[in-house]
Amino acid sequence: MKIGLFIPCFVNAVYPSVGVASYKLLKALGLDVDYPVGQTCCGQPMANGGFEKDAAPLARRMEELFSGYDYVVGPSGSCVAFVKEHYPDILHKEAHECLGSSIYEICEFIHDVVRPSELPRAYFPHKVSIHNSCHGQRLLGLASPSELNVPHYSKLRDLLSLVRGAEVFEPSRVDECCGFGGMFSIEEPAVSACMGTDKVRDHISTGAEYITGADSSCLMHMEGIIKRQKLPIKTIHIVEILASGL
Amino acid sequence: MSTHSKAAEKFIADKERTAWHNQALWFVREKRDRMARSVPEWEALREAAARTKIHTITHLAHYLEMFERNATANGIHVHWAKDAQEHNEIVYGILKEHGVRHLVKSKSMLAEECGLSPYLEERGIEAVESDLGERIMQLMHRPPSHIVLPAIHVKRQEVGELFEREIGTEHGNSDPTYLTHAAREHLRDKFLHADAAMTGVNFAVASSGAFVVCTNEGNADMGTSFPKLHIAIMGLEKVVPDYDALAIYHRLLARSATGQHSTTYTTHYKRPVEGQEMHIVIVDNGRSRILGNPVHRNMLKCLRCGACMNTCPVYRRSGGYSYSYFIPGPLGINLGMLADPKQYSGNVSACSLCMSCSNVCPAKIDLGEQIYSWRQELDSLGLANPVKKGIVKVLNTALRSPGMFHFCIKAGRLGEKIAPHALLYCGANAWGRDRELPEFTSRTFEQIWKEELSSSAPAGQGKSEESGK
Repeated sequence: MKIGLFIPCFVNAVYPSVGVASYKLLKALGLDVDYPVGQTCCGQPMANGGFEKDAAPLARRMEELFSGYDYVVGPSGSCVAFVKEHYPDILHKEAHECLGSSIYEICEFIHDVVRPSELPRAYFPHKVSIHNSCHGQRLLGLASPSELNVPHYSKLRDLLSLVRGAEVFEPSRVDECCGFGGMFSIEEPAVSACMGTDKVRDHISTGAEYITGADSSCLMHMEGIIKRQKLPIKTIHIVEILASGL
Repeated sequence: MSTHSKAAEKFIADKERTAWHNQALWFVREKRDRMARSVPEWEALREAAARTKIHTITHLAHYLEMFERNATANGIHVHWAKDAQEHNEIVYGILKEHGVRHLVKSKSMLAEECGLSPYLEERGIEAVESDLGERIMQLMHRPPSHIVLPAIHVKRQEVGELFEREIGTEHGNSDPTYLTHAAREHLRDKFLHADAAMTGVNFAVASSGAFVVCTNEGNADMGTSFPKLHIAIMGLEKVVPDYDALAIYHRLLARSATGQHSTTYTTHYKRPVEGQEMHIVIVDNGRSRILGNPVHRNMLKCLRCGACMNTCPVYRRSGGYSYSYFIPGPLGINLGMLADPKQYSGNVSACSLCMSCSNVCPAKIDLGEQIYSWRQELDSLGLANPVKKGIVKVLNTALRSPGMFHFCIKAGRLGEKIAPHALLYCGANAWGRDRELPEFTSRTFEQIWKEELSSSAPAGQGKSEESGK
């Protein structure tokens, strides 16, 4: 089983430790992991802003880079969801011919495909509040969306239960958007920041020391608000918790 | 900045009111969630609603003609209006013929859409709103800010002041029970002296020729009980095949809208009582054009429950008036674009694509996905935000090749180091207004991979950097 590690552009540039943790985690699970060099971006920023056609060259590039792998795994629910949902349209191909059929968000992949019963070295003696990002939640099904009358589940919570010492919480508005939304964050800055502030406060009210989630973009937005307002909470990508001790 | 973005900024400047507005609507969303969870077959109901709605709108002529036949046989006069103008003329014609001076109305978004009340007022006919929230807005001379909860943005103290001024309630009294009683008395007088009643239509049942009006205040029933003339108006997508279909929508409507099992009053009008005249005006006003638009025809499935507004994190924090179309929220963004893209494209930015609206919609309309589609159309319509367009141009250059990508990161690092804080956080940086910028690290993941990790990976799999250029 050959796994291609997909590292989104901003993770590559701003949160490389999330990439390193992803690699170490998959490797520690005994998997054959490779990072095809020369990755840039999946094209989501342009497309969500209304310029899907500008995402096409990037989509073709992604398809080419990852063509030889059984699975493609990335630490970003939103980017993975974009590849899954929109590449068939962008590339004018059937879904099964596109990367979307083999790409997974990393938690989804570990939870559904690798299915480890333990993470022996994972130790994180902290209170963490799960940030259920919209696209992970509503497009990938990382947890049951709050709007639907479906049995409750949370893949992120299941994985965190394998981490010794971690005490897990969730905000009261369990999957309300944090207000990042890509270009939304700069096109509607007032609403975006208001949503972000509300969300961070909801996480703080759980008593958690960390906000953790499967999407660095939401975490980046909330981190920007936390730093500006000097709020008493930190952000950490969930793979960095799962890979602790590696 | 878009029209919505600018208006939202003003709304949000009042933090306390924004928080209150957000919480008031979230409370409704939570009530809706409890109701949705109390019905085990909820998701199956939504699916059934979506399918029967698609069936109906793709057999619209069949069901509308069936409705017309049956309604006519029941003694209801059926009129067809191709647009708002024709709708207003028909309504005015009927009223004029009966010498009507005072009309009492129950809530209808179609009347708002057609601008009926001002049209009638210009012609000397008083049209009094009988829904309490609508009446509050009418006395304030403002449009509703929500399709189900028209005065949700108004605080009770403001209602107290308004009623004191307009209907003579006690000074400083904003007790909700007191104000409701005062409104009741004030409206009772209007009901008793009305020459005609107007209602909207929630559902028109093709198989029987009856139509259904849902209210919580009984105002439609009160309104239609006294006068000799009842005019009902409906958008042509309100037709439902039969009572089996109606049962599906009825179970979904109030639960989705306000978190009630059912509306307090659900009235079936089948035929006029003796001595009364009953008319129904079926309005197109662009709906058949929507039907011809495969990407957006789902909008015709809408039950007008407002659940998409209550769940929308942007709507809750920016208020109904921040949208330039008379219907706000995810529904209004889409309907505005269908009505006139040039006039209403300033609302398309009001969405973080969280997709919660698509999940709460009882008819499973893909509201969020449609907003994404509209964004793709803005550029070719010449309506794209020039700032965003510029950013995309920069991104295109920076991301198209790995060489350029890494060069830009290096430039970014340098910029971060040498640019003064005031420049990094100048007014042009919308991100930095309320947020710190993320910082570039000294090495990208790709560098770390090449320098440290790749040696531990199995050989022979890494692809060369050139291959994808």
